[in-house]
Amino acid sequence: MKKKYCKLAVILLLGCVMCLGSIGQVWAQKKGGIMNFVVPAEPPSFDGHRETTFALIHPIAPFYSVLSRVNPDNPSSPTDFVCDLCTEMPTPTNGSKRYTFKIRKGVKFHDGSSLTAQDVLATFQRLVFPQEGVNSARKAYFTMVEKISAPDDETVVFDLKYPSGAFIPAVSMPYNFVYAKAKLDQDQHWFEKNIMGSGPFIFEERQAGAFISGKANPNYYHAGKPYLDGFKSVFANKQSLRVQAIRGNRAMIEFRGFPPKSRDDLVKALGDKITVQESDWNCVLIVTPNHKKKPFDDPRVRRALSLGIDRWGGANALSKIAIVKTVGGVVFPGHPLAASKEELQKIAGYWPDIEKSRKEAKRLLKEAGHENLSFTLHNRAVDQPYKIVGTWLIDQWSRIGLNVKQWTQPTGPFYATLRKKGDYDVSLDFNCQSVVNPLLDVGKFISNDRSGNQYGNYIDRNMDQMYDEMNQTADPAEQRKIMRKFEKRAIEEQANAFVTLWWYRIIPHRSALKGWKISPSHYLNQDLSGVWIEE
Amino acid sequence: MFRYIVKRILLVIPTLLGAAVLVFLLLRMIPGDICELKLAGTGGYFDKEALAICQKELGLGRPLLVQFFEWIWGVMRFDFGVSMWTNRPIIEEIGLRFQLSLEIALLATFSATLIAISLGVTSAIKQDTWIDYLVRLFSIAGIAMPSFWLGILIILGLLISTQAWFGEPWMMPIEYTPIWVDPIANLSQVIWPALATGYRYSAVATRMTRSAMLEVLREDYIRTARAKGLLEKVIINRHALKNALLPVITVIGIEFAFLMGGLVVTEQVFNLNGLGKLFVGSVSNNDYTMTQALVMLVALIFVATNLVVDILYAWLDPRIRYN
Repeated sequence: MKKKYCKLAVILLLGCVMCLGSIGQVWAQKKGGIMNFVVPAEPPSFDGHRETTFALIHPIAPFYSVLSRVNPDNPSSPTDFVCDLCTEMPTPTNGSKRYTFKIRKGVKFHDGSSLTAQDVLATFQRLVFPQEGVNSARKAYFTMVEKISAPDDETVVFDLKYPSGAFIPAVSMPYNFVYAKAKLDQDQHWFEKNIMGSGPFIFEERQAGAFISGKANPNYYHAGKPYLDGFKSVFANKQSLRVQAIRGNRAMIEFRGFPPKSRDDLVKALGDKITVQESDWNCVLIVTPNHKKKPFDDPRVRRALSLGIDRWGGANALSKIAIVKTVGGVVFPGHPLAASKEELQKIAGYWPDIEKSRKEAKRLLKEAGHENLSFTLHNRAVDQPYKIVGTWLIDQWSRIGLNVKQWTQPTGPFYATLRKKGDYDVSLDFNCQSVVNPLLDVGKFISNDRSGNQYGNYIDRNMDQMYDEMNQTADPAEQRKIMRKFEKRAIEEQANAFVTLWWYRIIPHRSALKGWKISPSHYLNQDLSGVWIEE
Repeated sequence: MFRYIVKRILLVIPTLLGAAVLVFLLLRMIPGDICELKLAGTGGYFDKEALAICQKELGLGRPLLVQFFEWIWGVMRFDFGVSMWTNRPIIEEIGLRFQLSLEIALLATFSATLIAISLGVTSAIKQDTWIDYLVRLFSIAGIAMPSFWLGILIILGLLISTQAWFGEPWMMPIEYTPIWVDPIANLSQVIWPALATGYRYSAVATRMTRSAMLEVLREDYIRTARAKGLLEKVIINRHALKNALLPVITVIGIEFAFLMGGLVVTEQVFNLNGLGKLFVGSVSNNDYTMTQALVMLVALIFVATNLVVDILYAWLDPRIRYN
């Protein structure tokens, strides 16, 4: 009996300690203060539905709510989605083809009007089925959606054409700002020039080219949040300036990421006044041979190019100077659909023995009659990590007897070359997504006439078929199985285009900044509601 | 004098028209499409339907001649339209940046002129002495050192020295506060870029003042003035300097105009939201309307500065207006 009481006492004591601990945590979150942060660019408009740049997310996301999102307490997980405006993440019904979201009651827009399911419906109608003359950069992510409806003010129903594992990640994209239906009914373009959401911060001021600021929303529906009184996002396009701004305490953080050297400099200069958060990054540079140009129409030549690259060795060396680090296949390495290290090492180009790979590469080139091939690598004129990875590739290819020159262009002309002219031999292309959604993210590898952004100029119906199959099954095991075949064909058998190294996100920030957690994308977890300052 | 000024003003029209034609055509020759950049600049999904909508919105599909005449008609009415990138009125976007660029240009010009004339004259008078060598060293270093590099040194110097002295690194503000809102915040931001650009500016003007003064000091009328027993101060200020100022004014004018639109890199180094930064942004975004407006503005500044310089010439040297 005594023992039983003792156990009970211990359990009670532990419970008390845990409770106190959690209360302590609540107390630790301090209210007040204005957080300054730097953003490398200014968004062209304020409309999240039409823009694709992180320059929109960083200063504008804090003003808006979304239906669901990546878990802000666990943003590093690529599969953990939670509600923002909904009350509970839905379980699909109707053969996994219907998702019913219940919407929170009592949510107000910043102008005082109530947010209901009708606003959520109007938002997703605009995203998925935009009216003529309205741009939705997200439309392609919702090809599985057949119909959206709001039977009452608290319910939104999505009916899909087929079960899809890509749906919830697509709904949870950070760009899906929920807009007021009344404003959209007046003018579908109203949100391009105006900011009015229901998020943790209320728009305060914008100075073109200089900054955007916001103040705390006192009526925010997540109780107790936001902790900050406000924020100011300062536009600064020079990286060195952004680093010095953090060092000189003019800004607390830059959310996109810095190269390793800048991290080391800041740590060296500021010691414990700087905290560094690091993560794998859902961005990758892809080597894209132009299939319309000889000899890159020959799979043997393309395979040789992939085989010539020492990814495992490169990861070590490049991660010291550039924002790349992780070896991976076509899927973001942290995702359950990604190949494991063992699976990767079976793919040509990922073999652990680089000498064996290079020998095979030389054999293939000889067989194809292009032993001393010379060509130009087309690249974007941006140092991190484009030009660094480009220079590394040239060195790697020189080891299998290739003579490669680099041709760099600024962003505009670079994409113009990729899209219109096609007069390049091999180009570095870029895939960077917000929510990790591999089923759609690998759309870059399907045929030219179906993918909106495949620049290799190839048609591969086998790839298209596998892409459709994995997008139309709700079974994760089946998706994974097809993804392996898809990957093998994309980067080994046909080597249509192949990935280099996945990016690595490094965020050094002032230690006084608390509550912000790094995610695998610079687009995610940016509403700043859980951030506070502890000077 | 009046006819001289009117003639100069009339010459402005063909100059600006030439600049307009040139910038309009050159911009269209640069590869790249603003809509593609907006929609998929970061490598995301690329919806061709969206591209068509965007191009229609911006009127990019219309014949070039129509676009050109519409634009010129707008320019003649001081209506530059809206920025293709931000969709906001260009006048509004430029206005914000103009005051910052003007403040830095004025600050740099004022300090550079003061330094240049005093050092240049001293150097010429004390030719081949240690003072002259020192001034020449100062000016050659200023010409050799790019102002953006000096800017980086200033930022790093401030960070390192303040950390060493006070324990916490200090940096100048990275956002602009107008001088009438908070003069201290304003000056603590703009004084450093004005110093970085003003140094180079003063170096060029110092060398020009020195060589012009040396030339004038060897003229017969200076010797005559000395023979007449005039005070050296009067000879230098009234007879030598006034005549030596002609080429110096040209340099000062050109540099001032350059500062108004040409501080491309320095503005980025100090994160100044000025015309140079806007210029770079609009060119890299393929924002035709904004770039065209900026080129016209800079051309107008150059033309206006030249006009002022020409008028000053005529005022300083009567031979010019009589010719």
